Amino acid sequence: MDSEHQKPGPSTRGPELALAGFLMVLAGFVIVDSVRTGIGWGDDGPKSGYFPFRIGLLLLGASGWVFVTTLLKWRETHPLFAERSQLATVMAMLIPMVVYVGGIAFLGLYVSSLVLIGYFMRRYGRFGWPLTAAVSVGVPLVFFLVFERWFLVPLPKGPIERLLGF
Amino acid sequence: MEELSNLLNGFAVAMTVPNLGYMLIGITLGVLIGVLPGLGGANGIAILLPLTFSMNPTSAIIMLSCIYWGALFGGAITSILFNIPGEPWSVATTFDGYPMAQKGQAAQALTAAFTSSFVGALFAVLLITFLAPLLAKFALKFGPAEFFAVQLLTFCSFVGMSKEPPAKVIAAMMLGFALAAVGMDTVTGQLRMTYGQPELLKGFDFLIAVIGLFGIGEILLTMEEGLAFKGKTARINLKVVFETWATLPRYWLTFLRSTAIGCWMGITPGGATPASFMSYGMARRMSKDPQGFGKGNLEGVIAPETAAHAAGTSALLPMLTLGIPGSPTAAVLLGGLMIWGLQPGPMLFVEHKDFVWGLIASMYTGNIVGLLVVLTTVPFWAGFLRIPFSVIAPVIVVICAIGAYTVHSSMFDVIMMMVFGVLGYLFKKLKYPLAPLVLALVLGDMAEASFRQAMLLSQGSLSIFWANPLVGSIAGLAVALLLWPLLGSARGYFKPKEAVA
Repeated sequence: MDSEHQKPGPSTRGPELALAGFLMVLAGFVIVDSVRTGIGWGDDGPKSGYFPFRIGLLLLGASGWVFVTTLLKWRETHPLFAERSQLATVMAMLIPMVVYVGGIAFLGLYVSSLVLIGYFMRRYGRFGWPLTAAVSVGVPLVFFLVFERWFLVPLPKGPIERLLGF
Repeated sequence: MEELSNLLNGFAVAMTVPNLGYMLIGITLGVLIGVLPGLGGANGIAILLPLTFSMNPTSAIIMLSCIYWGALFGGAITSILFNIPGEPWSVATTFDGYPMAQKGQAAQALTAAFTSSFVGALFAVLLITFLAPLLAKFALKFGPAEFFAVQLLTFCSFVGMSKEPPAKVIAAMMLGFALAAVGMDTVTGQLRMTYGQPELLKGFDFLIAVIGLFGIGEILLTMEEGLAFKGKTARINLKVVFETWATLPRYWLTFLRSTAIGCWMGITPGGATPASFMSYGMARRMSKDPQGFGKGNLEGVIAPETAAHAAGTSALLPMLTLGIPGSPTAAVLLGGLMIWGLQPGPMLFVEHKDFVWGLIASMYTGNIVGLLVVLTTVPFWAGFLRIPFSVIAPVIVVICAIGAYTVHSSMFDVIMMMVFGVLGYLFKKLKYPLAPLVLALVLGDMAEASFRQAMLLSQGSLSIFWANPLVGSIAGLAVALLLWPLLGSARGYFKPKEAVA
């Protein structure tokens, strides 16, 4: 049925292996550190690494099992991970989100939020400038009032807020 | 009856004007969270938890638990009107709820759904009222070994009962335990797994993990669908409500069965989602009209909604009495209790009577307030859903970032939220369950402490876990649950031909 030209998207095979491999590496970190802190019995009972060491071994065993079974079934057909178009929309969300988190460190949360909401409304909602401006300015403003004024919780601010005296 | 007088005192605590106000705010926020795909009870509470730090614990937990009831109610609105389950436990409600809406019976379906939710929750709260004190008294006899055995039972039942492959359940759970161990060892004061990073000294906060795993992860997953809200409008008037209520007593057996399934799945950590599916399946199997299911059968709405609400509510029973949450949302609430310095478990009933009974009383009032709120505000919520996802999605991201930042006022936490978000997306796509991860992250320290205390008592011998009939039977049950999947595959191995047929 499927021609070679119509590739709907990657199967779960690769991601499955990558995630299991990642968990195995994490298990390695847990085991190595537990050995450093002591995995046996000390003067005052079990040492700091006693419990985590066993946790690390179980994590290694479970993720190793998934890794090996994925390898053993490598040639079998695996379910679709996601269609290419779906991955594209996920990346369309993920990349601005990563940029947004980075932006918070430099521009503060309010300005970054304004940009993120504005970008999404213009790019994917195709809203006009007046509505985009109203929502993307209004939402951070409401958050500012709620958090800074009502709950007295300071959120990260950037140069613009400092310029305005906050 | 000691419970009744305690409950009356609880009502006196819960029914103060500020607490009723928090209840109303909680329900409204909860319905909003339940209605919006990409937000759920667990992460809604997680996001809003930092805001309640300045409140007194009783008011805070009342508001947070009302968010929980609201989210349980809200899921039904999108399922019925838009065929979009806002929550995983609302999936089964779409099977018959949406066909009913298409036939022009949206108001009936919504009334039945809300009333069923209310009935399920009411029975579960009654169960909590009368069973929790007994369970707490019983648990007062527990030592470290018994506590660890109960925790082991919880974790093993996840492995045994989960529909995901056992290796993946164990991997997710162990990741939670490993993350919980990062930071300072509370017993020896030694630093663990920080690898010289000062940001890791305080360890991984479960809130950051929950906001990332559920909030960001869910948005990424929702983006895959490229959501466009297109649904039916609904206007509920009193006539429809009373007409629907008049037909509901006919389904008393469905109510009873679904409540039983829900309570059972809530107390054992099955959770609301399997409860709703199991209840729907049972209703179809037992029904006189199984062919009508999936085409707009009222019973197909009643069964999953009753069970989901009963499960969601009764999940708080082991959380309050044993300190073991029956659902991810209960796990988040448990984390909240610990932040306020309240140690969940049997002593909570002795040391913080006002708090416990105030919370239980608020479950009654919260559900009544919830029912009234949802019945009167459906058109508003339906209108709310016309706001496109291109506006909702970035606003949710902003709320998640605020929630993550406010936990420790740390940018590192916001970055970790993103990492957990991607991990949550991958976990969901590859069928690694998130609930055991969160549960292990929340209970990790407690389980380790119980285990180490038990080991100290026995000088390192594991025989303490079958040293007396009580701990032995709990530990035995845990092992049996752990081996349950093996039993299933062994049966499949010996009977391959019949299985195919």
